[in-house]
Amino acid sequence: MSATVMQAPPKATSTAALLGRRRRRIDLAARVFAVVATLVGLAFLASILITLFYLGAPGLSLHMLHTVTRAPGSNGGLANAIVGSIIQAGLGTLIGTPIGLMAGTYLAEYSNGTKLGNAVRFVSDILLSAPSILIGLFIYQVIVVPFGGFSGLAGAAALAILVIPVVVRTTEDMLRLIPITLREAAIALGAPRWKTIVFICYRAALDGLLTGVLLAVARVAGETAPLLFTSLGNSDYSGLGSAMSSLPITIYQYAASAFDDWVQLAWTGALLITLGVLAINIVARTLVRRR
Amino acid sequence: MLALLGTIIVLLFIGGLPAFRTFGLGFLVSSAWNPVTEKFGALVSVYGTIVSSLLALVMAVPLAFGIAYFLTELAPGWMRRPVGTAIELLAAVPSIIYGMWGFFVLAPLISTTLKPALAATLGHVPGLGALFRNMPGDSSIFTAALVLAVMIIPFIAATMRDVFLTVPVIFKESAFGLGCTSWEVMRSIVLPYTRASVIGGIMLGLGRALGETMAVTFVIGNTNRISPSLFAPGNTIASLVALEFPESENGSLQLSSLLALGFILFVISFIVLAISRTLLAPKAAT
Repeated sequence: MSATVMQAPPKATSTAALLGRRRRRIDLAARVFAVVATLVGLAFLASILITLFYLGAPGLSLHMLHTVTRAPGSNGGLANAIVGSIIQAGLGTLIGTPIGLMAGTYLAEYSNGTKLGNAVRFVSDILLSAPSILIGLFIYQVIVVPFGGFSGLAGAAALAILVIPVVVRTTEDMLRLIPITLREAAIALGAPRWKTIVFICYRAALDGLLTGVLLAVARVAGETAPLLFTSLGNSDYSGLGSAMSSLPITIYQYAASAFDDWVQLAWTGALLITLGVLAINIVARTLVRRR
Repeated sequence: MLALLGTIIVLLFIGGLPAFRTFGLGFLVSSAWNPVTEKFGALVSVYGTIVSSLLALVMAVPLAFGIAYFLTELAPGWMRRPVGTAIELLAAVPSIIYGMWGFFVLAPLISTTLKPALAATLGHVPGLGALFRNMPGDSSIFTAALVLAVMIIPFIAATMRDVFLTVPVIFKESAFGLGCTSWEVMRSIVLPYTRASVIGGIMLGLGRALGETMAVTFVIGNTNRISPSLFAPGNTIASLVALEFPESENGSLQLSSLLALGFILFVISFIVLAISRTLLAPKAAT
């Protein structure tokens, strides 16, 4: 009898120890998995950047920056695509920012809890993630068909629609961060509401608002799908009224082509646009961090 | 803003009306796509869109979860910001770059390593094997799904990280106090607390994947055929529209069919995004 009493406790501790080991092993497996997942994620980014530099950097030259796109084999460049991209993204941002800013201000300052406010916020969120190719189809229907042709203006309009929800979102978030006491202080001094918003809230949230605009620029600068049916692409400099080339469209057309010099230009363009977009993103992030 | 969304839907529907009228509901279940005989159907591209997006989710969700877990619980403080920023930058890379990268780097890699390996092992399993049958060519639904997965990982990971951080520290500390391991805290405290938002984040990723155009167009092979193998080429709504739209004449039935496809895509992504938003909203408000 004493033997059984003696034997029982060691058995109990061994199951506990076993369970403990099992739990620790599962925990370790989860930790290892998490680290591996992060490394895989970083590896993807590294692989993309290395590929871009490896294949794109050899094509970087001043010549490419001031020569327009030409037929394969005749030493063309990307100048008109770069200019077209800057014009369309710039114009799109110029059109989209005020609209987004006003809608965001309405959401943060005036709409508290109203049905209209919630509806606008909902629509803006949907537009933020809506497939961009559909925006292209939409602009094709409202601008390209009625005006009888592809144009840089239509491309800019498509990009403007993409800019709006990004700006709305950041504007609302940033204005909500402004302490209510700041507004009360302004109102107590007798400032009307619009003055409070423009001179107090906007100034206090300036960094944040700027970040929103920068993120929007970064988003539209790399967009290809909405430009396919709106600005189409062109092989020379062109005005806003006619088809206009852009960097992403040119990359799209050149990357799949059979000519070595076009493929090289596509990679160089890809490197330029990625560096530009990532640089804008990093600047935007530093702005937020400073706050 | 409201008017904008309404107009988009209405215009896509009006544009697609001739196609809906000609083919009726058959448009949704027909797998034909022939510009010469003017027979069009949505089945193949809808199938490709849904299969590639779901497959992308299957690959992206575990990785995104791992990244979020690492960033919120495991990583030392100095590492969180740079690693988090790097993952977010992955979201900023333009989609056409993903397309080129997928086409020139990933697709050949899969085609020479992963594809034969999967075909040789899982390909012999009865029933399931058809999914992994080896097919010629670099372009496939599988490649497209993989590229999509890489593209949506940062979105899902960022949402998960943000909602994991909303869990009150006191809950986690209580669990640690009871002797829970870090994984047990994640599984029994953090995940149940944030379940709705996590699913919302996943739906957000799905919404992105459904409408992605350029990256998919590069790697999916653009073939209008449903094949049981995941390594066969296919197409998606977005890639089909991107490819054929410039070639179709204004007012033709082909153009109208493409607009009708756009309408279908809009409806699908609207539903997914609306669900995602409703799931994410209550937590975001508090």
